[in-house]
Amino acid sequence: MARALIHVPPTAKSGEIVEIKTLISHVMETGYRTGVTGAPIPRDIIELFVCTYNGEEVFRAQLFPAIAANPFISFFTVATESGTLAFSWTDQHGQTQVQTAAIIVE
Amino acid sequence: MTAAAIPMRLAAFIAAFAVVSPVFAAEIPLNERRSDSDFISADTRAMQNDDSANPGMLAVADGEALWNAKAGTTNKSCADCHGDVATSMKGVAARYPAVVPPLGLPVDLEQRINMSRVADQKATAFRIESKELLALTAYIGRQSRGMPIAVKDSGPSKKFIAAGRAIFERRQGQLDLSCAQCHDDNWGRKLAGNLIPQAQPTGYPIYRLEWQDVGSLQRRMRGCMSAIRAEPYDYGAPELIDLEFFLMWRARGMAVETPAVRP
Repeated sequence: MARALIHVPPTAKSGEIVEIKTLISHVMETGYRTGVTGAPIPRDIIELFVCTYNGEEVFRAQLFPAIAANPFISFFTVATESGTLAFSWTDQHGQTQVQTAAIIVE
Repeated sequence: MTAAAIPMRLAAFIAAFAVVSPVFAAEIPLNERRSDSDFISADTRAMQNDDSANPGMLAVADGEALWNAKAGTTNKSCADCHGDVATSMKGVAARYPAVVPPLGLPVDLEQRINMSRVADQKATAFRIESKELLALTAYIGRQSRGMPIAVKDSGPSKKFIAAGRAIFERRQGQLDLSCAQCHDDNWGRKLAGNLIPQAQPTGYPIYRLEWQDVGSLQRRMRGCMSAIRAEPYDYGAPELIDLEFFLMWRARGMAVETPAVRP
């Protein structure tokens, strides 16, 4: 599992716009570089990021080789109800990592 | 870059020095020292100062896991002996490199971590510049953030700091430049569009955008040596430790920023 850091405000007022920040450890190897022997380094990237809020999708991003290593994705959503935000990163091999964060809406 | 372009650039570089720096300044006065954070873009600085955006924090998080992981034949973690990192490691990174009594030689923080790993945990040392060693160093360094750099400069430290200074001030490589010619005499001026910083090592290990990764002060210095077309010292070479020692002494009193973000 890759290391991921997620920042979600622990509490929010109902209807408040909250900023979500995510950072995941990944090489995001473009496939265009060559190693010390001159052989190409195979492409290895995260292709998809999805965030769901109590099961409902609120954000989705496609990633491409031009994205730097350790992708940082920040976005906003409206705090509607207490519950769980689930974040998933899917790499080009179809491997998915899911991490969750709780939010309390007062 | 083409072969023909090299002498052109070289000539331009030397000409630039001849024009802009007729007087070679000495050491930077203490009150004129500025963190390399002052020489980076506002965006990069904002990334550094926001823990949820600073990619160096990924290494810090990895370091925390290693701090609590049992290792070696003793099956002990760093935390088993040192306890709470926030108290036991507070200010430690600000005091390295330091001369360690059994060796009578200076070691940097990475080497000190490996010494404890071998002697106390009875585990194998981490490879220099490995992900693990950088992560633990970043985690320990993070505990000193905001604290003044305070390497010991008395007694046996003196001669190693002096040796580091001698390397810093010695011209080397095909460009025949010393570290001091850029970082003491021409900081704040431009080199190929970039501001030349003072080379104050306040934030190591750093996350460098060019590397797309975390790296040590030794890696950074080796990069600079290649850039002036000198042959870099090997990782862990006494000369690199002396240079680290001198640079940390030169930045004495400045605040630790680990993990810093640099372009």
